[in-house]
Amino acid sequence: MSATTAPAWTKPQQQANWLVRLFDWKPFLAFACLLPAAGLLLVFLTYPLGLGIWLAFTDTTIGRSGYWVGLENFQYLLEDPLWWNAVFYSVFYTGIATIGKFALGLWLALLLNNHLPFKSLLRAIILLPWIVPTVLSAIAFWWIYDPQFSIISFLLVDKLGILDNYIDFLGSAWPARFSLIAANIWRGIPFVAISLLAGLQTISPSLYEAALLDGSTGWQRFRYITFPMLMPILAIVMTFSIIFTFTDFQLVYAITRGGPVNSTHLLATLAFQRGIPGGQLGEGAAIAVSMIPFLVFATLFSYYGLARRKWQQGEGND
Amino acid sequence: MATVEIRNVRKAFGPVQVLHGVNVDIADGEFVVLVGPSGCGKSTLLRMLAGLENITSGDIAIGPRVVNNVPPKDRDIAMVFQNYALYPHMTVFDNMAFSMKLAKAPKEVMEQEVGRAAKILGLEALLQRYPRQLSGGQRQRVAMGRAIVRNPQVFLFDEPLSNLDAKLRVQMRAEIKELHQRLRVTTVYVTHDQIEAMTMADKIVVMNGGHVEQVGPPLELYDRPANLFVAGFIGSPAMNLVKGGLAEGGFQAEGGAVLPLPQSLRGEAGVYGIRPEHIQLREDGIPATVVLVEPTGSETQVVARIGETPLTCAFRERVTARPGETIRIMPEMELVHLFEAGSGRRLAA
Repeated sequence: MSATTAPAWTKPQQQANWLVRLFDWKPFLAFACLLPAAGLLLVFLTYPLGLGIWLAFTDTTIGRSGYWVGLENFQYLLEDPLWWNAVFYSVFYTGIATIGKFALGLWLALLLNNHLPFKSLLRAIILLPWIVPTVLSAIAFWWIYDPQFSIISFLLVDKLGILDNYIDFLGSAWPARFSLIAANIWRGIPFVAISLLAGLQTISPSLYEAALLDGSTGWQRFRYITFPMLMPILAIVMTFSIIFTFTDFQLVYAITRGGPVNSTHLLATLAFQRGIPGGQLGEGAAIAVSMIPFLVFATLFSYYGLARRKWQQGEGND
Repeated sequence: MATVEIRNVRKAFGPVQVLHGVNVDIADGEFVVLVGPSGCGKSTLLRMLAGLENITSGDIAIGPRVVNNVPPKDRDIAMVFQNYALYPHMTVFDNMAFSMKLAKAPKEVMEQEVGRAAKILGLEALLQRYPRQLSGGQRQRVAMGRAIVRNPQVFLFDEPLSNLDAKLRVQMRAEIKELHQRLRVTTVYVTHDQIEAMTMADKIVVMNGGHVEQVGPPLELYDRPANLFVAGFIGSPAMNLVKGGLAEGGFQAEGGAVLPLPQSLRGEAGVYGIRPEHIQLREDGIPATVVLVEPTGSETQVVARIGETPLTCAFRERVTARPGETIRIMPEMELVHLFEAGSGRRLAA
């Protein structure tokens, strides 16, 4: 075998131009890459949050820039029964809705984790409530809860004859509170179910097989394998769910506007009510700011209490 | 401890038949290795034995009892999985005690049983660790400990060493074999590695394409492979299989070479088999051209051509020949295998 030798050729060294050299310079590259994200965060998160906190310490109203009043807004809120009412309902709403969403969402996720016919179609259907814009589904619920045209009343009274009178879903305090919670659960289930389903699918099937050989019952497999293995993702999903539920605005505002007689005000709707239609920007901002301690507490609770377990970490024991 | 009988077992996943009537008898205390290439159905058979797959037809009996419809937990078996299947959120102790915890055994019994298994496997110092904190070999041991704790009638191993590095694999291989010799529990072990099968088994079941090709002790499979598949599968480097036919003075290979045959071997032979280690360097041998030389230290593997027929040889001697040179080689006459052309069956000597 013989090969002809090619004439020697080397790639000529090219002097990179200044732009190329600039982008090869690490500090500049890091700055350039961070800029868009940092810009968005500054303009759309930091500035409104800072402005909100600033307004909470002033007596600003619409059309008049206010003066620094220190903690006066907060002192006033502490004596305001409406604020206490909103705190109560926000906590109640978050608590009951979270329990409902997680119970039903986990149940759905466990169902979908089995081999079912039309599995992907079912998953797509489950996601629907989440895809529909909130206000749209709120309007649908508004109709479902209508005192005259409610489909639930129609079924129970006219079709099945279980009840004698139409249900007044939104006309009095407690029925209205629970109706809103039901709507929130309906909307929140997909997020929980799909996230937990993703978590379930990371659990190796061989663990269940090993447990089967170890003599476990179905409940024991859930109790000792599924649940503990799902705990980390459960904690994260729950943190998000609590934050989204506690700060909910759209659903309540679209269905009841906080009524009847302010009984369904969440802190977010009350803050809007006071600040924008009511014109008391400072007070509204103070109400919004008063949500922060609750959210920080919820986040810390799930972060430290539920999140990373020792068994997930790779470090040595000693 | 118990015997295991697998009688005419078939398995189909929908229209796809993966096991076509498998028969295996396993004696009490025997170490049986199911070996075969990927997709041959060996793992499926093991999982059917464990009760993780149902049986399409046929019977599996553990001891005197047919277990076709017995749930896994009542079959009195313990299984070691390929990925160990340790519960990541439990300590080594809890992993090993899990079956007893489910059975609501008292704490002293759990500690005693886990302690016993931990001592056998040298895991005493690791009982409070999590699987994450263990090395591959330690995890493997914990998985075995979990099986030992259950005092099963039969141990099942599903390719337990394939996730370990080569050195650890050899070490764990010896440990498993030693464990079996100590506990004398009937063991069914699945692997695709024929060296694992040869070194560990009392009896090897060679499977291919859902059929059992041959069942027998390792050396019998090595000395008297029943057919071409077993001949090619068992032994490393693989047996030389040369196509051709009988002729005057020996075996006429398709490549033109004439290979020597003992007088006793005659018949409708179509394939001539000789193991690389059964070819010797001899002064009066057949001239062959060296193609490739691979020294491994303990032996030297040489690919040499007689005419157009390449033969792999493994010599104990150090061979200094270089590619292109001629060496003289001779198959050991009494160790030649002949196989039928069509069926691939062995022709008896």
